[in-house]
Amino acid sequence: MTDAAQDNGQMLAADGKPLKSSLNRALRRQKLRALALIAPLLIFVLITFIAPIADMLFRSVENQIVSDTLPRTTEALADWDGDTGEIPSPEVFKALYTDMFIAQERKLHTRLGSRLNYELTGISSLFRKSGRRVEDMGEVYQDQFEDLNDFWKDSETWNALMGSDAWLAEQAAWDETSDSRQPQFELREEIEGLLPQTAATFEIFADFVQNDDEDNLANEDPWALVYSALYDDLIVEPDISGYAGPGSAELLEAMAAVRSFETVDYPAAFEEVDEDWHSIPVWQTIQTYSPDFTSGYFLNSVDMKKSPDGPVIRPEDEQIYIKLFIRTLFMSLVITGSCILLGYPVAWLLANLPARTANLLMILVLLPFWTSLLVRTSAWKVMLQQQGVVNDTLVWLGLVADDSRLALINNQTGTIIAMTHILLPFMILPLYSVMKTIPPSYLRAAKSLGATNWTAFWRVYFPQSVPGIGAGSILVFILAIGYYITPELVGGTTGTFISNRIAYHISSSLNWGLAAALGAILLALVLALYWAYDKIVGIDNVKLGG
Amino acid sequence: MSALTPVSRTPVSFYVPVVALAGAFAGLLVGTAQGSSLLGVIGGAILMAAAAYLTTQVVQAERPSRWALIVMGALAGLVIGGIAAALIGAFFGWFFGWFTFWLYEGRYRAYVAPYLTPGQVLWHHTFRMICGAILIFLITPILVVMPLSFNAEDFFTFTPEMLRFDPAGYSLKHYEDFFTNSDWQGALANSVKIAPMATLLSVSFGTLAAIGLSQPHVPFRRAIMAILISPMIVPLIISAAGMYFFYSRIGLQGTYIGVVLAHAALGIPFVIITVTATLVGFDNSLTRAAANMGAGPVTTFFRVQMPLILPGVISGGLFAFITSFDEVVVVLFVGSAGQKTLPWQMFTGLREQISPTILAVATILVILSIALLTVVELLRRRSERLRGMSPA
Repeated sequence: MTDAAQDNGQMLAADGKPLKSSLNRALRRQKLRALALIAPLLIFVLITFIAPIADMLFRSVENQIVSDTLPRTTEALADWDGDTGEIPSPEVFKALYTDMFIAQERKLHTRLGSRLNYELTGISSLFRKSGRRVEDMGEVYQDQFEDLNDFWKDSETWNALMGSDAWLAEQAAWDETSDSRQPQFELREEIEGLLPQTAATFEIFADFVQNDDEDNLANEDPWALVYSALYDDLIVEPDISGYAGPGSAELLEAMAAVRSFETVDYPAAFEEVDEDWHSIPVWQTIQTYSPDFTSGYFLNSVDMKKSPDGPVIRPEDEQIYIKLFIRTLFMSLVITGSCILLGYPVAWLLANLPARTANLLMILVLLPFWTSLLVRTSAWKVMLQQQGVVNDTLVWLGLVADDSRLALINNQTGTIIAMTHILLPFMILPLYSVMKTIPPSYLRAAKSLGATNWTAFWRVYFPQSVPGIGAGSILVFILAIGYYITPELVGGTTGTFISNRIAYHISSSLNWGLAAALGAILLALVLALYWAYDKIVGIDNVKLGG
Repeated sequence: MSALTPVSRTPVSFYVPVVALAGAFAGLLVGTAQGSSLLGVIGGAILMAAAAYLTTQVVQAERPSRWALIVMGALAGLVIGGIAAALIGAFFGWFFGWFTFWLYEGRYRAYVAPYLTPGQVLWHHTFRMICGAILIFLITPILVVMPLSFNAEDFFTFTPEMLRFDPAGYSLKHYEDFFTNSDWQGALANSVKIAPMATLLSVSFGTLAAIGLSQPHVPFRRAIMAILISPMIVPLIISAAGMYFFYSRIGLQGTYIGVVLAHAALGIPFVIITVTATLVGFDNSLTRAAANMGAGPVTTFFRVQMPLILPGVISGGLFAFITSFDEVVVVLFVGSAGQKTLPWQMFTGLREQISPTILAVATILVILSIALLTVVELLRRRSERLRGMSPA
């Protein structure tokens, strides 16, 4: 730096640079070093943990399956209004035919069926049935074209008509038995202009054969759908006089013939497959769920559903989730309550005993804490059975008759007993660490000033132990509402939590969106509690194992 | 603890009725078990009151009286119901001998403050009894599982043979099943393959990050901490659901690597917490001194910093290990049949065909956790000692 800077009173470091900027640079380097040390783990956690959570949140609103599987139908259906009581126009049915045909070739229609079945029971079988029958609809045209000229029967001639010359040459040169890739299909440019629908459909067909099935396109006859598209193209009589490529004569012949072809009435054809295709609710459901993102899963998780007129509450007998959430919260509260009740005296005893005895008794608290969750759950499952140790002891003592053994398992009682036991150490440890800091002389002072035992405890000791109760309760409550294993094993049907429902939707009913929405609600609940915990205790004060 | 209050003998009118009351209660238990509660209550009360009076006022010798009570209890038990009952009887005899003299000699006041009223003394002992009951509640499941795992039958309760201490009632067959059954051995092998890998990942990343986090100037410290701790806070079922969705998208679902990554993520908060806690007491002038004497950052880390924080790192690693070794929800979703771990096998065992082999496995796991608990406790002490050595 210049002398002028020095004159300003700036201090210089040994290398002649101003001290301030030197210090700043050192600080920046220190920050960077710290970040560089943290970065690997941060990236690791972001990828292995945060990304999955984000993915789950995304799935709870994602709904691309409808518009992906039925792109034409949803587009055609956009202007339809179900309140008029009229079924959609024939164009919609025609779009449905095209979409359905492609979907059933790709075996996607059943997945969409099960997706929409969550919203309206019966759609799943409707889609399955239609998938089987949709092929027949197009065969009307296929048969007529094939009767007209053998040209339309053969995959070779179709390829010659539709494919570009360059592709045809490559395809001819390609050796099927070799490892090299099949040359990717290319459209003949003139055809694309003349027969747009046929070209588009044939491209989908070619792509499916080459990439999904990995078959030789030269040996595959086109789908019936291609013939329907050809009919649609030819019936409007495009100007094909300028076309002189392969099949120009057959095209002219076909164009003259199509006018006398037997046609397909798509609405009627679909009605024949299943009359549900003429029911308004089915179409309303498809329309309601055509956007790419939906609040439907979240509405489902609070016992509501989407309808054309906005969200409505489900009928009484279909309401389960609100009840389940309330049960989860209620049972978690009961468990937290019993943990306070059982944990408080023990923590008090541990905090007030001489260190040696306290450490010895602490082992009794820490041993269950360290024991595998599965071990403790299996112990309770074994003990609480009808023929288990608890019932046997009660019967032996004569407190319970042999023929009226208590039902302690597969119900709420079982879940509450087992989870109270499992979570009790999480209550005792924070309580203990708080109580350890309360000087015992306070109690003695209160008593010497004339307070009774109870007053001294309630007015002097208890208020000081409240932070411990708060920390322990939130910890136990957070752990309890997300519990899965124990309720699953000892809860039966009445003692299960919302997490069991989430697991059910992931692995059994495969309604992933709903599972994700339920998970998102639970997550929000837990994060709110976590935030409260942070305010009360502070994350940095989380301690493990005493 | 030394005695707080000088003790003095109590009058007959106090301890005989109290012992009689306890005798009535014990008699109630024995009586109902034998079919007549009323007889049990009266018999127990009279018997115990008589015994208390005789031992204290007539025999007046503590040691022989208590031994005599134990022997008589054992004999009575033997007559009523075999060896197991004899043990219970001996216990009753020991208890009443102790209880009688505890009251008679006034020992119950020895360790409480002298100014307490009788009511307060009673409450003091009642409170201890309640705490004892809660501690028993905490430990019972573990204690019950252990003997049951030696059951010779496929039952989940004590068979009459076991209660008679008949050797025929006990066997090691469930352990044998565990060590020979391919399902269990496969599950054990998977657990042993997954947990150390996951631990290694979370310990190496976690220790580095904890060192970074404990530097004096870390931007966004709280936010970073919140992200790193989050796997511990988010309910397992949500982590499992998210990982299932995401890992199947990127092709990791059902693979060994997927399970290891998931378990490593779950173990990280434990490593972060324990290692940062150790670093709180770390004296940074040590690293500066090392640098001053010409050591590079790597040498400083391995020769100076690492030995000092090693106990924290190891106990964090043990936490991470036990997290992975015990974990079942995430592996249930992220894993496939090829990654079936021990807890998973136990879970399916408990849900479907419940077999007593689970109890044998449970006993082995309890012993393992006792070993781990001991190691962690020793490490904690060592860490405190090490930190005490370094200049504050």
